[in-house]
Amino acid sequence: MTDTALHPSAFEAHGDHGHGHAHHDADHKPAFFARWFMSTNHKDIGTLYLLFAICAGIIGGGISGLMRAELSQPGIQYLNYWAAWLPGGEQGLDHSLHLWNVLITAHGLIMVFFMVMPAMIGGFGNWFVPIMIGAPDMAFPRMNNISFWLLIPSFTLLLASPFFGGAGTGWTVYAPLSTYGEPGPSVDMAILSLHLAGASSILGAINFITTIFNMRAPGMTLHKMPLFVWSVLVTAFLLLLSLPVLAAAITMLLTDRNFGTTFFDPAGGGDPILYQHLFWFFGHPEVYIMILPGFGIVSHVISTFSKKPIFGYLGMAYAMVAIGVVGFVVWAHHMFTTGLSVNTKMYFTAATMVIAVPTGIKIFSWIATMWGGSLTFKTPMLWAIGFIFMFTVGGVTGVVLANGGIDDYMQDSYYVVAHFHYVLSLGAVFSLFAGFYYWFPKMSGRMYNEALGQVHFYIFFIGVNMLFFPMHFLGLQNMQRRVPDYTDALQYWNHFATIGYMVMAFSMIFFFVNIIWSLFAGKPAGDSPWGEGATTLEWTLSSPPPYHQFETLPVIDGGDGHH
Amino acid sequence: MAGAKNHAYHILPPDIAPIMGAFAGGVMAVGGIMWMHSAAYGGAVFFLGVALVIATMFLWWGKVLTEAHAGDHTPVVQLHLRYGMVLFIASEVMFFVGWFWAFFDFSLFPRPLIYDAVSRTVSLATDAAAANAVWPPKGLEVIDAFRFPLLNTLILLLSGTTLTWSHHALIHNQRGGALKGLWGLIGVGEHDSVKKGLWLTIVLGLIFSSIQAYEYSEAPFPFKGINYTSAFFMATGFHGFHVIIGTIFLIVNLVRVYRGDFTPRQHFGFEAAAWYWHFVDVVWLFLFAAIYVWGGWGAPVHAG
Repeated sequence: MTDTALHPSAFEAHGDHGHGHAHHDADHKPAFFARWFMSTNHKDIGTLYLLFAICAGIIGGGISGLMRAELSQPGIQYLNYWAAWLPGGEQGLDHSLHLWNVLITAHGLIMVFFMVMPAMIGGFGNWFVPIMIGAPDMAFPRMNNISFWLLIPSFTLLLASPFFGGAGTGWTVYAPLSTYGEPGPSVDMAILSLHLAGASSILGAINFITTIFNMRAPGMTLHKMPLFVWSVLVTAFLLLLSLPVLAAAITMLLTDRNFGTTFFDPAGGGDPILYQHLFWFFGHPEVYIMILPGFGIVSHVISTFSKKPIFGYLGMAYAMVAIGVVGFVVWAHHMFTTGLSVNTKMYFTAATMVIAVPTGIKIFSWIATMWGGSLTFKTPMLWAIGFIFMFTVGGVTGVVLANGGIDDYMQDSYYVVAHFHYVLSLGAVFSLFAGFYYWFPKMSGRMYNEALGQVHFYIFFIGVNMLFFPMHFLGLQNMQRRVPDYTDALQYWNHFATIGYMVMAFSMIFFFVNIIWSLFAGKPAGDSPWGEGATTLEWTLSSPPPYHQFETLPVIDGGDGHH
Repeated sequence: MAGAKNHAYHILPPDIAPIMGAFAGGVMAVGGIMWMHSAAYGGAVFFLGVALVIATMFLWWGKVLTEAHAGDHTPVVQLHLRYGMVLFIASEVMFFVGWFWAFFDFSLFPRPLIYDAVSRTVSLATDAAAANAVWPPKGLEVIDAFRFPLLNTLILLLSGTTLTWSHHALIHNQRGGALKGLWGLIGVGEHDSVKKGLWLTIVLGLIFSSIQAYEYSEAPFPFKGINYTSAFFMATGFHGFHVIIGTIFLIVNLVRVYRGDFTPRQHFGFEAAAWYWHFVDVVWLFLFAAIYVWGGWGAPVHAG
């Protein structure tokens, strides 16, 4: 019964929606400033989020280019030259190493808070959650806009911090380096940046949960909701419940730094490990925040290009709920080497492994969806299949690292770097590209160029695997993360990885050329360019959809009789 | 904007308040950083940010009130507001979880600290005493839980009842009456339990904050340098800050009661403030039980 959630005829949009010419009133757009700076329209705000995420991705990706350049050879190549540009501190090796810390910190924070999250939740979530549930907009359109605009001062603070010495704490902002290791204003700027970004996300989470619970079209029961909506719902709960704990933790950092409290200072009875607990209580749900919407996107793409409803719809939805719930009780697996007791390590090892079960449900259900399907390998499908492969690699190394005993040897090695880049750079980012190519025709009204899209995928796929796969070997040979130098023996694979970065960067040329070319000269997409496999409500609307869709709400029929 | 909308949702026109609020928050953050690092005009920039945030609230929520009176808040939109407020309070609960976490980390796994009442600092015990770490740190006198904190507990619990009285009076429309006596002087009719209850709640809230301020000023330990005092002041301090926010929220509602904004059927602003007040009340009960009573158990009590 529930399989009909993604079945085309389960949806019956009443009225004349889906035909732009019938929407003179609904298509009336405000003037430029009012439209883009005072927006209360979920699609425009989604577009702003996507543009923001692309800009942040260019900056964050550029920073990783600097890091790969430095790591292409053993020894220090460029850091000393670059460090001359970094104010504060005497020139010298320490200053250069601090610059390295600034680079890894900025790369991590930018990619997490300003690229993946805005693109997944702010971008695609804003664009498609209201449409998929048959709603005309988000529940709180004004609050939606402040969620976006808070990112601007937040990102500005983070980008400005290197000009005041730079925050070199890592994205985790661990004490004591963040409390009395770096007394300048930069770490405070990073903390306040996180506060603003956190407020933005909490408001966004409230908005999404309210929208999904309260604005579903008649007949759109929870068990008929598209999986992308489910994924954003679970993600929003994770945000709502985990970010305030981070806010408390970084406020403690702030008062320890500036007002003399000793939350993390042992001299006053404080506990640096407390910070890690608080951080990872947020941080672990955060990694699911980054991947769950990707799960949702991939489900839609796989289903569409297999011309089949998703296999095991309910299992897929509740697997995400399970991942979200269990994700709250596994945080200390990030802290295996902090001196946890053996019993504690055993618990966190076991709890972490449990997550492999719902994740496996998802992987196998995607495969089962394709099984016997009528597959077409359009660009979004390539990214989605790439996602399944690469995310599985990252998931499997995650199971390795989940073992407390093994992690004692792996902690802070490049094996860990390889692991989380496989789930993020090859998992989350692949799903973002899948979603981008999948929905680009809907959002812009024009088709992207299929050849350029496929070339982008294949070169990117080769590039990132050259870049990140050798990191497993490097980690097993004990190369430490967050260090810009390494022993000569590790040169081969490091050099190889840097070439991989260049291949990846080269592929991005095809992406940008494709977007720009398609925006101006792409073929008109039509309402539903992916044909009968694409069954969710966005494909019943025109491309791009009217400024205000669903002025008469669609009615979702019971779904009976479709077996 | 919408031409012919056939649904009960509220589609909003473009609005300047969100971007203004976002940048006001940015100014506040920048000012705060400047102030903490003693940069010139740091405090001024911070308070400019605060002023802009407050201006945004007036602008933004003023429009919300106008829209409510214009009938834009249909039943489904009112339900949005309820969801929104409940979820906001849920996020606030998790914020306090962070502070309680710090407190329980320190209290359940105490460090061997020795407090010196003269220098008002702690040092780590290095001898055999280290094996006998106690909480609170040895030698530190705590505030007597059963004096002002107990009184404050009773005040907050009482304020919860007065607020519920007011709310029920609002639902049952027990308002108006002749202006008599002291109540009459401030425009409260003799049958107007809505205003009476709300006034009493606000006054109780202000008394709570005053007592808390007095307790801080008389605290037998410093703010700085000790895990006990860090957890104590930041947890109770953030609670106190929330009490002040809640009091302001109630005052806004009192003004709206005087303006006649509320009907027995539509008064979500009042209910949101009441939920918020009860949330603040519950947080206090946990603070009182955990930090004041349990957290100070067995420690010498400050005489005064």
